[in-house]
Amino acid sequence: MSSIPMELYLLISAFMFSVGVAGVLIRRNAIVVFMCVELMLNSANLALITFSSYLGDPAGQVFVFFVMTVAAAEAAVGLAIIIAIFRNKQTVNIDEINIFKW
Amino acid sequence: MILEYILFGVLGLVAVVSSVAMITRPNPVMSAIFLVLNFFALAGLYLLLNAQFIAVVQVIVYAGAIMVLFLFVLMLLNIESEPSILKEKRRLKAMGIVIAALVFIQIVYLIFYSAPSEGLPIEVQKSIDAGLIETIGTELYTTYVLPFLAAGFLLLAATIGALILAKKNFE
Repeated sequence: MSSIPMELYLLISAFMFSVGVAGVLIRRNAIVVFMCVELMLNSANLALITFSSYLGDPAGQVFVFFVMTVAAAEAAVGLAIIIAIFRNKQTVNIDEINIFKW
Repeated sequence: MILEYILFGVLGLVAVVSSVAMITRPNPVMSAIFLVLNFFALAGLYLLLNAQFIAVVQVIVYAGAIMVLFLFVLMLLNIESEPSILKEKRRLKAMGIVIAALVFIQIVYLIFYSAPSEGLPIEVQKSIDAGLIETIGTELYTTYVLPFLAAGFLLLAATIGALILAKKNFE
């Protein structure tokens, strides 16, 4: 921790976040889009842990703990919604799920 | 010292490459497996950052529970692969990549503009103490006891919500 500059960790975090954004925008499978959101949450976690570790403050790690809780809840509810949509439309392609579009 | 750099290089490379592989594989199951690899690399990075508790939780909760849930749903729905990302709607996808690149440039600019490590004292002992399960547990049950209880309610609500949403005749 001591010798590696903090910016390197933040760069990895920034890159992973951008890859998550790209994935949400270019993938058409709802479950993969969901996994990209998890990737973005994780990149934010990496940034939080980096700051927490370099500042010697446990608050960042407690926050990561809560982010994980929310991510777990989000994954459970989101996947249940995807299953419900699949039951009704037999697809999870987000180009075909457009009932809110007019 | 040198070992630290080697570990950081390897883990960082695995994290970056697996995240790119995840969004480019056409098969969703391969995407999920690359995401698991990414989570393991992140857990290694957390260990390098002296965050032992979070590293363990990352492996158990993310790589274990959440990704198994994803794989389970993928297998249940039996989803076919998407066409390769280079085919179909290429202009839209190019736009998506341009937007992501803009986001990346913006964040990198902010990182170096704010120079977060400038003048930061290096306190290894404080950093090690911050990652101990004892420290985090004390914080959770004293300063953050209200959010902690709220998180419990959130998980309960999510469990019930998931059950109701995934029920067979949900209208």
